[in-house]
Amino acid sequence: MTMAFARIQWPERVLAGDVVKVRLLVQHPMDTGYLQDLLGKLVPRNVIQSLTCTWGQQEVFRVEPSSGISANPLFEFFVRADQTSEMHVEWTDDRGVKGSLRQMLPVLPKSSP
Amino acid sequence: MSAAGCVRTVIKLSWPVFMVLAWWGVSGYADAHTPAPPARSLPLSQLKSGLHFAGKDVQALQADEFANPAQLWLSQGSQAWTQPSAANGKSCASCHGAVATSMKGVATRYPAIDAASGRLFNLEDRINQCTTRHQQAPAFTPESDALLGLSLLVTQASKGMPLRVDISGAARGHWQAGATLFSQRQGQMNLSCAQCHDQNFGQRLYTDPLSQGQPNGYPVYRLEWQKPGSLERRLRSCYAGIRAEIPPWGALEMRQLALYLMWRGEGLPIEVPAVRK
Repeated sequence: MTMAFARIQWPERVLAGDVVKVRLLVQHPMDTGYLQDLLGKLVPRNVIQSLTCTWGQQEVFRVEPSSGISANPLFEFFVRADQTSEMHVEWTDDRGVKGSLRQMLPVLPKSSP
Repeated sequence: MSAAGCVRTVIKLSWPVFMVLAWWGVSGYADAHTPAPPARSLPLSQLKSGLHFAGKDVQALQADEFANPAQLWLSQGSQAWTQPSAANGKSCASCHGAVATSMKGVATRYPAIDAASGRLFNLEDRINQCTTRHQQAPAFTPESDALLGLSLLVTQASKGMPLRVDISGAARGHWQAGATLFSQRQGQMNLSCAQCHDQNFGQRLYTDPLSQGQPNGYPVYRLEWQKPGSLERRLRSCYAGIRAEIPPWGALEMRQLALYLMWRGEGLPIEVPAVRK
């Protein structure tokens, strides 16, 4: 796979101090190494070795999924929203292919109407 | 003469003409030139999407617009839609414009006869035809992520619209071949499609409820495959399930069978992006 896609989602309206749920969907085959392709050839193991989410300067989520995780994994975690910052998601798989996604997470001031 | 009187006279005079028209319709003269619509072994009122037979968790995953994994391929597809070809700089969008408007309803009509070649095309064939002829790019391999992205994107433009394939004219022979294939026993299990999907839907095959085999969710994200796949791939799985010899990729009989399935499910709304077990 030359291009990797990922999607990230959080509530539309986030106030400073809120604890929000972040959802992350990553496109990856997560091949266990035990399955065959459509032509009957064994597909070598290729799973995401490590995935990190950095929000602003701070690492907020890290996971090392093994072959027990399904393809195109969905991750959910909670962060305390402080101020508008960029979420930076990075991952590396067994083949050394890296993927990344950057998206701004807007946070409104605490006293917003 | 008043206006009302005038209208009354016209109605009086046109009455015999109306009677003749009514007799012509009732007597069957109107149908003499078009073949009668074929009988349906599964009445339209009983049609149920595969979603009906899916488990609650699968239904929830399909309904979740974020977590539905087919969305990843849709993102890939919308990127490919505007990607210029290396050969002549044309993208899908340069001819077709926005996918949501230009491709609306297109997927409900496939498989269909290609006017230029006279062959029966499914949607993937049509996309590949466009790619090779107008973008002068190599055709996509079956089930490649790039092709699935585009076919999902094009099909999604018809989301909610009823299936309505044309089985008249040149397509009629293909429809007939598909109908025959559907009710023909084959493979080591000696089963026909109809035995499971017409006569026993709702019953269990091992642990899974049998569906009606409706095509309105394709290309579908299947949890078993861990990725989306075309209707052709699903049909191949069924062939493997009844231990029949699987036709080669691109085989005409798969398109004929797909045409029959689309006609059989006429009126069911397109569900893409759909998820199945």
